[in-house]
Amino acid sequence: MSQDIQTGLAEILEEVAGVAPADATPEKSFTEDLDVDSLSMVEIATAVEDKFGVAIPDDELGNIKTVGDAISYIQKNQG
Amino acid sequence: MSTSNGDVVVTGLGATTPLGGDVASTWDALLAGRSGVSRITDDWIKDFPAQLVARLTDDPAEKLDRVRARRLDRSQQVAVVAAEEAWRESGVADSGVAPERIAVVFGTGIGGALTLLGQDDVLEEKGPKRVSPFTIPMLMPNGPAAAVGLAIGAKGGVHAPVSACASGAEAIRWGLDLLRFDRADVVLVGGAEACVHPLPMAGFASMRAMSTRNDEPERASRPFDKARDGFVLGEGAAALVLERADAAKARGARVHARLAGAGGTADGYDLVAPHPEGEGAGRAIAAALRDAGLTPADIGHVNAHATSTPVGDTAEAAAIRNTIGEHALVTATKSQTGHLLGAAGALESIFTVLALREQIVPATANLDDPDDDAAVQALDIVRREPRRTSLTAAVNDSFGFGGHNIALVFTTA
Repeated sequence: MSQDIQTGLAEILEEVAGVAPADATPEKSFTEDLDVDSLSMVEIATAVEDKFGVAIPDDELGNIKTVGDAISYIQKNQG
Repeated sequence: MSTSNGDVVVTGLGATTPLGGDVASTWDALLAGRSGVSRITDDWIKDFPAQLVARLTDDPAEKLDRVRARRLDRSQQVAVVAAEEAWRESGVADSGVAPERIAVVFGTGIGGALTLLGQDDVLEEKGPKRVSPFTIPMLMPNGPAAAVGLAIGAKGGVHAPVSACASGAEAIRWGLDLLRFDRADVVLVGGAEACVHPLPMAGFASMRAMSTRNDEPERASRPFDKARDGFVLGEGAAALVLERADAAKARGARVHARLAGAGGTADGYDLVAPHPEGEGAGRAIAAALRDAGLTPADIGHVNAHATSTPVGDTAEAAAIRNTIGEHALVTATKSQTGHLLGAAGALESIFTVLALREQIVPATANLDDPDDDAAVQALDIVRREPRRTSLTAAVNDSFGFGGHNIALVFTTA
């Protein structure tokens, strides 16, 4: 389950921000390690909402710092 | 400005156009008489009175990194492609000029129309939360200038003149001023446009400004011809690198031509219709000649704005005849490129520079039967074949809806 989410998230990161799938590992920080800027984070959040059927309110988005944070958030909130 | 320190030269050229993906291929196609115009075959066009367009030969997105391209409107993509070509060719990047002394002036007529209209569709269909966070930076009219500034690392100021179809020429004039006022050591100037979409097409058609010669795409853009019936919308970008002559010489740069002077006026006549005698256009040309310290007799060639509209072309012919006279070789390259709106003045300045460098004036295509207008009849408009000649100075003029008039004078290196 977590592996599927990680793979799906990696696809989004590659499409939106050009992150190589091998780099999209749980410990990576979006901004510090993967060079994802704030506008791209918004685009990634929208793509995650569409792909995984979860809602990410703005105040929650601010707490998602790493790939692992995103995976946990999706796991917790997926219907 | 006659001191050598005030002399400004052109040391880099770049373009992506309906005739080619770079300057060399565009120029070759121009001299070969090829047309960039075709008929749109998409379903949406079928109820449109004007169905012609001059599309880019090369998709700019394919020349850029994929992620970079998706964050740039097509008008920004073409700007970056043209600017990077000009920048590479100039060699400025290897010359040690400080980024703080590099400026950009890049105009557009319409801006990020494809993004604006595309994201409006997203808004209507999917709601506000699905509108891209890149919408604003992609649609803003300073977007092409800003994207170019980032691409070449310019930190000395990034500016975006917006004066409709004079924008590209106005950018060159501003660039000249920046160098003369010593606000920068190198200025990358140009114009970009990419707005082939149903709404601009419909808007221009409603103005009755576009050619409806749908069955003969390559014959539709026919400046100064009796049977002309409007312009053909084109897309693309053109860029030039400007610097002071002494600095260019010191670093051993290749100089294509000198930018000797510029003039700009407003018609003060009507929001869109040109003054019928080209009064404001003529004043712009006269001002540019004064600025360059030249007389009408010095001007051997004019690259005309001539968009192929019934009123515009005769007004311009009057302006050229009244200010320069009847001796200069006139050409209207929109007959092959279509009308690149905010990029037109920059692209035609490149053609003017190349005419001076190569001593050849491209022909005006489709000029089978020159208009009966007295000024058109009086001018020496090059047609059928390019003409080899001896040139020392040439004018490129550009006009935009809003009554904007810009004239630029280039001389041989």
